[in-house]
Parts: sequence; structure tokens; C-alpha cells
Amino acid sequence: MLGDTASQSILEVSLREVETPSSKLTRFGSDRPLKLDSGATLGPWQIAYETYGTLNAGKTNAVLICHALTGDQYVASTNPITGKPGWWNKMVGPGCPIDTNHYFVICANVLCGCLGTTGPANVNSTTGQPYGLTMPVVTIRDMVRAQAQLIDYLGIETLFMVAGGSMGGMQVLQWAASYPERVFAAVPIAAGARHSSQNIAFHEVGRQAIMADPDWNGGNYIAKGTRPTKGLAVARMAAHITYMSDESLHQKFGRNLQDRDNLTFGFDADFQIESYLRHQGMTFVDRFDANSYLYVTRAMDYFDLAAEFGGTLANAFKQTATRFCVMSFTSDWLFPTSESKAVVKALNAAAANVSFVEVETDRGHDAFLLDVPEMFSTIRGFVTGAAHARGIPAPGGAD
Amino acid sequence: MNLSPKQYDASGVRGDHRVVASLVPEGARVLDIGSEDGALLQLLSQNRNVDGRGVELSQQGVNSCVARGLSVIQGDADTDLTDYPDDAFDVVILSQTLQATRDPKGVMQQLLRIGNQVIVSIPNFAFWRNRVQLLFKGRMPVTKYLPYEWYDTPNIHFCSLKDFVTLCDELDAKVEKAVALSGQGAHIKFAAPWWFWNIAAEQAVFLLRR
Repeated sequence: MLGDTASQSILEVSLREVETPSSKLTRFGSDRPLKLDSGATLGPWQIAYETYGTLNAGKTNAVLICHALTGDQYVASTNPITGKPGWWNKMVGPGCPIDTNHYFVICANVLCGCLGTTGPANVNSTTGQPYGLTMPVVTIRDMVRAQAQLIDYLGIETLFMVAGGSMGGMQVLQWAASYPERVFAAVPIAAGARHSSQNIAFHEVGRQAIMADPDWNGGNYIAKGTRPTKGLAVARMAAHITYMSDESLHQKFGRNLQDRDNLTFGFDADFQIESYLRHQGMTFVDRFDANSYLYVTRAMDYFDLAAEFGGTLANAFKQTATRFCVMSFTSDWLFPTSESKAVVKALNAAAANVSFVEVETDRGHDAFLLDVPEMFSTIRGFVTGAAHARGIPAPGGAD
Repeated sequence: MNLSPKQYDASGVRGDHRVVASLVPEGARVLDIGSEDGALLQLLSQNRNVDGRGVELSQQGVNSCVARGLSVIQGDADTDLTDYPDDAFDVVILSQTLQATRDPKGVMQQLLRIGNQVIVSIPNFAFWRNRVQLLFKGRMPVTKYLPYEWYDTPNIHFCSLKDFVTLCDELDAKVEKAVALSGQGAHIKFAAPWWFWNIAAEQAVFLLRR
């Protein structure tokens, strides 16, 4: 656990990262606002992103990585708040399946994320105060619109590939549906074309935990100088359970006791799993903004790609020339294989070019972030095949 | 289907695959059902420059196909072909799989619906060796090409070449080309009437059109 001083300095860093991120940053003025699904307009606004590798002369080798709910733009470089290595540094990097020696990789903080892209913790330039709950509610499509504006700014016409897991996978599907001509290959991992009732339910528990914390102050906590750390920690604890599987919890913790030989007949963290979850909750609050958590979970809840296309998912992919690689994990109960299969079925109905791989693992939803060799070998094969089809030199060698 | 290693030629290409590849037009949009490890799809991509997709029943087969850069999904010929729209592909290939489906006629109808042309390769149950085993030994035929015992065979709907042609007639499918093969997948290259091939060919490849 972090000491108070360490925690305090991490907090200072995370507050600074909201407005002036360590990564690259592009600001769009009121003349280039973002029109949102809610009908609201956001501007001026900013988007924080990282890039790796070099864009080739033909600008054909750009890969956009979309991050998940609590992810960030530091896909393959050190997170400035936690000091931890990139969250997908085994997937993206020199010699990795998405090889930065060959591809130009872009990863942007999502809209309403709290690492530099405009969100509720950022200052509204017209009021001089943090947006808080005056920030308009955003959708996955809004996040993708923001990314598309960044890709325009970078002068890239067509992305060689868009890839991501979980909420990142939702963005991948939205990209393929909204901008089919701009996406050569799409890799949605551990995702689905809609957020299920069960998933909305878990998010609602998390949001209620945050809003029940008196320090949340109606969302106005930054101005009031408080932080709803208890509520946000509980939200994270509940969500974290959904990222694992019964089997992996059993193997990792079982009913093992935490630093004690006997039950204490109290409500201290007797069990290792309790201690683990508390730790997850406590470390999370230092790096993530509570209001951001409300907004980003809401965006996931609102996601229903078929609804945008008259209720028929296949219509989202009509005439698509994009090559898809859909991937799921056997023990993922948050985005089970059936959700990926529904996407594959719709892609088949559109006679799209699709690969579908279900990877056997007991690691649950989080498997996409972990060292799962079959995931890496599959992605490496798919990327190489797509590079061949795109006519760009692919790295040699295999896993 | 497991085939004996004898059916691969010197360059590692299966005999029936070579025949199938020769029937596929250059650059065609192809769906290969029963992709196994992706060998046929890879051959078609390399030699015929096709836009190829595959469907394979075993997830292990699918994963190895995708790792080879091929577009393959996990699926079942009996249930999943209904997902595809009419005329989705120039050529649909069902290689050594029809006899293992639950509803061969339904599968054939789907193939003819989604493909402009359909290539089907099947083992010939009326091959003379099979006839001899049944007639003289009184046992279900077990050969090098069809190595299963009756109780463990995945092949639940065997037919003869003549049976298959009759089914094609029933489905109004035109047989544009038929190639008779030995068990080793060698192309038997001389002209003969149907009754002869129904005895002499151990397997055959058909090119059909609706």
C-alpha cells in the first residue's frame, strides 16, 4: 500500500495530467468543435495521444489502438502517474505482434478519460471551472469521432488497422461501421456490439457507489476540495470481479487467509481475495477521476451498434471491405464468446472478410491484457496476412 | 477428415487439393468449408490469388489457420451456412466433408445458394475395393483412404458417385466437370462412362453450377 506522501504526489501528478499530459496533445478550438450524439457541441477541446514507430511515406502503416474503460494512451510506454510499463507492451512494441519497427501506432486517451483528453475533470474555458457534471454525456461513437478528428489532423486517410479489447473493441466495431473506407483491418477483442443488461447492472452498482460517497459532492468535488475515494474504490472492486473468472480467483486466492492463521470474527480483510480487491480499489483512486468513471461507463452502457442501423447488426457492415479478426476468451463472462459470435454472424451476413478465434484460458475478461501466447500468435498471423494484402512489408519471423 | 499421408505429393500438396485448385478461377472470391489446417486456402491464395475465407469446425484448426494469416472462422456446415447472403462467393468449396454432415442435401442447397460455382469432393463408397470387402468379407469397408471402423467413423452419410450425381439432378445443379481420383489423390486421366468411374474411382471432385 502507498504511504500518504506517495499517494499525495501521485494525486498531484494525476491532476496535472488532466490538463497538460506528458504525452502528445492536440487542441481543437471552438472553430473545430466535436458534435456529440446527445446533440451537445464540445469546443474548444483537446485530445492526448501517444505514437510509436514511424509513419511511412505512403501513410499506409498507421495502426490505431483503442483502450478500455480505465486504460490510457500509454499502450507501450511508461504511465506517468503509476510509473508502470505500457498496458499492452507485449502486444505493441519492437518485435511484438503489432511491431512498432514496421507500423506507426497511435493510441489516444478516450473522450472523458482523465489523462489529457477533454473530460469532466478538465476546465471549461467559458466558466473557468472544471466541467464536472456539466460535461455532456458522451457515447462510444463520440469517442470514435474524436479519434477520427485526430487521424484527420495527423493527415492519415486510411488506418491500416484499428485494434482494441473490451471497450476498445467496441470502438473498433464503431470505427468499422462509421468509417468503413478508413479501416483496412479491424481487431475487436473480448468485446461485443452492445453492452448487455448484466454489464449495465454492474456499471450501475459502480456509479451508485461513487454517487453515494458524501465526498462526491454532486460531482462538484474538485471545486469543493474533496475526493470520493471510498465510492470510487468500491466501484473498482465490483468491476474488478467481473474481469476475472471463478476459476482464476479460486486458483489465485482460494479461501486463503491474509497474513493470519485464523479467522478474526470481525470485518477486517481476513481473506486474501478481500485484501487483493481493497488494494485494487485503493490504487485505482489515485490514477482515475470519479466523474470520468461515471461518463465512460455510461458511454459503454449506451453502446448498441445494431440500434444505429435499424436494429440489424449486419447493416452496420454492409459492403464492408475491412478485414476483421474477432477474438474472445473461453472464461470471459463479461463479454462471453456468444457476444463475439453475434458479431461474426452479422459479418457473415454481410459476406465480410472475417476471422474468429476463441482462445482457451481461465483468466477471464482480463486475458486480453495478459500474457496469453495464443492471442499473440493469432494477432501476429492476422497482422502479417493483412499487411500482405495491404502491400506493406510485414516483419518476418514468428512467435 | 483424417487422410493418410500417402495422399500428399512431393511438394506437400494433397492430390485432391491440387485438382480443386485447378478448377478455381484466378482471383475468385472463395469460401472453403472444412478448412482443417488451412492447406487448401493457402494453396489457393498463393497459386490462384483468391480472396479466400474459411469455415472450420475445430477451434484448434481455426486458430492455426488465423495464425497463418488466413481468414477463417469456427463454424458448422450443417448450421452456419444460412448466415451468408445469396451469391456471396464466386466459388464455394466443400472438401471431403459432405459425408460427415447431418443433412447433406440441406448443405448442398446452401452451397448452391451462396456460391456461383460449387466444388465438392467426396469419397466414393461404391469403389471396387469397398464392394469387395462388403461382398466377400461381409464387413464394413476399411481402407487406407477411409481408415475408420464403423463405430468411430465421422462419415455418417456415405454415397456413391452415382448417388451424388442423382442428388445434383434433384437439386437442379449442373455438373460442369467431374474429376475421378485414386485414393492417393492422383487424377485418373482417361475417358470412361459413369458406371466405370462409380467402380474405379476411390474419390471424385465435382464442379457444379446452379
